[in-house]
Amino acid sequence: MRFFGRGHGACPGCGLTIAVRNVLEALEGKCFVANPTGCLEIISSQYGKNAWGVPYIHSLFDNVAAVASGISEALKAMGREDEGKVVVFAGDGATADIGLTLHGMFDRNHDVIYICLDNEAYQNTGHQQSALTPLGEATTTTPVGKIMLGKMGRKKDMIAIALAHGSPYVATSSAVLPADIRRKVKKAAGIVGAKYIQIHCPCVTGWGIDGKEVVKVGNLAIETALYPIVEFENGKLLTVRKLKDRKPVEEYLKLQRRFRHLFTNPEGKKIIAEIQRIADANALKYNIDLKK
Amino acid sequence: MKKVVRGFYSVAYAVKLCRPNVVCAYPITPQTEIVENLAEMYANGELENCRYITAESEFAAASILVGASAAGARTFTATCSQGLILMSEVLFNAAGMRLPIVVANPNRALSAPLSIWNDLQDSMVLRDAGIIQVYVESNQEAHDMIPQAYKIAEDKRVMLPFMVCLDGFKLTHAHEPVDLLEQSLVDEFLPPYRPEVYLTTKKPVAFGCYAPPNIYMEFRVAMQRAMERAQGVIEKVFREWAEFSRRDWGGHLEIVYPESRNFVIAMGSLVGLLRKVVGELRKEGLSIGLVKLRTFRPFPFEDLRRVLGNAEKIIVIDRSVSLGYEGNLSIELKSALYGLSPEIISMILCLGGRDISKENLEKILRNAVLGKEGSGFKGYIEFEEVVP
Repeated sequence: MRFFGRGHGACPGCGLTIAVRNVLEALEGKCFVANPTGCLEIISSQYGKNAWGVPYIHSLFDNVAAVASGISEALKAMGREDEGKVVVFAGDGATADIGLTLHGMFDRNHDVIYICLDNEAYQNTGHQQSALTPLGEATTTTPVGKIMLGKMGRKKDMIAIALAHGSPYVATSSAVLPADIRRKVKKAAGIVGAKYIQIHCPCVTGWGIDGKEVVKVGNLAIETALYPIVEFENGKLLTVRKLKDRKPVEEYLKLQRRFRHLFTNPEGKKIIAEIQRIADANALKYNIDLKK
Repeated sequence: MKKVVRGFYSVAYAVKLCRPNVVCAYPITPQTEIVENLAEMYANGELENCRYITAESEFAAASILVGASAAGARTFTATCSQGLILMSEVLFNAAGMRLPIVVANPNRALSAPLSIWNDLQDSMVLRDAGIIQVYVESNQEAHDMIPQAYKIAEDKRVMLPFMVCLDGFKLTHAHEPVDLLEQSLVDEFLPPYRPEVYLTTKKPVAFGCYAPPNIYMEFRVAMQRAMERAQGVIEKVFREWAEFSRRDWGGHLEIVYPESRNFVIAMGSLVGLLRKVVGELRKEGLSIGLVKLRTFRPFPFEDLRRVLGNAEKIIVIDRSVSLGYEGNLSIELKSALYGLSPEIISMILCLGGRDISKENLEKILRNAVLGKEGSGFKGYIEFEEVVP
């Protein structure tokens, strides 16, 4: 708790705080944190209740990649690079929707570790859909109604976008895999350039799960291949978390209020089948299934 | 060393002399050549301890400077018009975080309709941002203003962004003889930037904490007080500059013919033409003086009350308008002179690069003093509007 924690206001079981603590500990607190508006900012940076034990800046919702790039360049200009790494903690909305400056950071390859804390919607403001909300999820802006059953689009593939920019290190992880987070952050810290790590972070309130179910639900996202855990260096796939007995997506979906309608609405079956197709495609793409 | 240079270079070269750590911008006419000049200096290794970054937008450029400035770097950007208002979200934020970023803004009109030409509408949008705004008349004044801008913005009593406004095209593209400063003089005048608080792992602090209702207002009060203190700091730095450079540009105001009964007040390069026009009108026997307003924020209302409080008539020349009301400077001046009795005639001229001839300006000012010309837009062609 040296680098993050004292006084933060996250919900019990919040995936974000697990991820953040592990990132900061992997870097031994030698880092500068840039954080856009969102859940993490609200729970950690109220004036007088700052929970950060590392230098921290919150500027706006839509500019964190540029702010981090500016810190990184300033440290270079002033010969202070040894002080620490520049790390972004951004939500999925601030990354995949309104994060206008992310492509510039990738393009110029600023020395930044960009961590996307993916809880799959705007949870801070009460669960509105983002570009990383998956198919079928009921949010307050993609509600379940007579003609619509939650989000009808796909989850944006930020991994492909990061790779297309030529990012030297791109990985996914999950708040339920602390050792994996630490290893990947340490690896990223040794690589120069704009790194991207997307960490799946269960959200108890938005997803409609109990705090004690966080690890189970987080693991099921991996075990169904809905959230492949992968790692690329210089565009080359390095590691994939393989599965012996991949589970059907229903096991993951049925535990969460955000997908409950898929099991009660007669049209829900079709959407579950589509979600299963997405999981199957992920498994095929990354060769996730171990041969029996 | 006196050289004939364009406005772009007079700004860029002054920025170089101020030893910035991070320069970041996005091209936009008529700003581009300022950062092109800096890019060339960077490419030739002439900017020491500096990173020059070509951002993907003005929004990103300002955001990069927020990070850099918070990390303790001296920063510079140039933009205008659409670029300035694209930056506006970030610039309000930078002011709130008390980051002394210096921005050169070659004033340009706002779209629609699209216009790359000059008026002052763009910087007026940033009026309430907590950014110091100074308007210059010539490229020499622009050149001299850059080191002063850093010194004022970085003063511990101020710590606010600073925008140097110079007329797009009219100054930026003009070739003028400019006495380019010596590095040694700027080094002596402007100490290195050493903020009290900045991002460092040696002493972690948080920038940009959010403020609930129990504390937000105090932050805004502190900004207002910094602006109030800036009035004094600006005057002091302007005086200091006059001694250092032996070029005295005046204070918040420059008053020409202070004993006059009537005055014309304006900002920026138009003042150059007004000097001639006022001189001609005085030859005709009219009692008219000229007030050049240099500092627009903080607004020097006490100086204006002192200088203009007893005038009979004040002709305000605006090159921007608050649509639905009147010219921006006119609004400010009326507020500053509240309770005093000069008659104020508010004229809006030269929008979107529309020129005004010396003869025409003479005519409308003469008529205004003689009571034959009232407030409103001047120098446009009357047209029939089709309202369906």
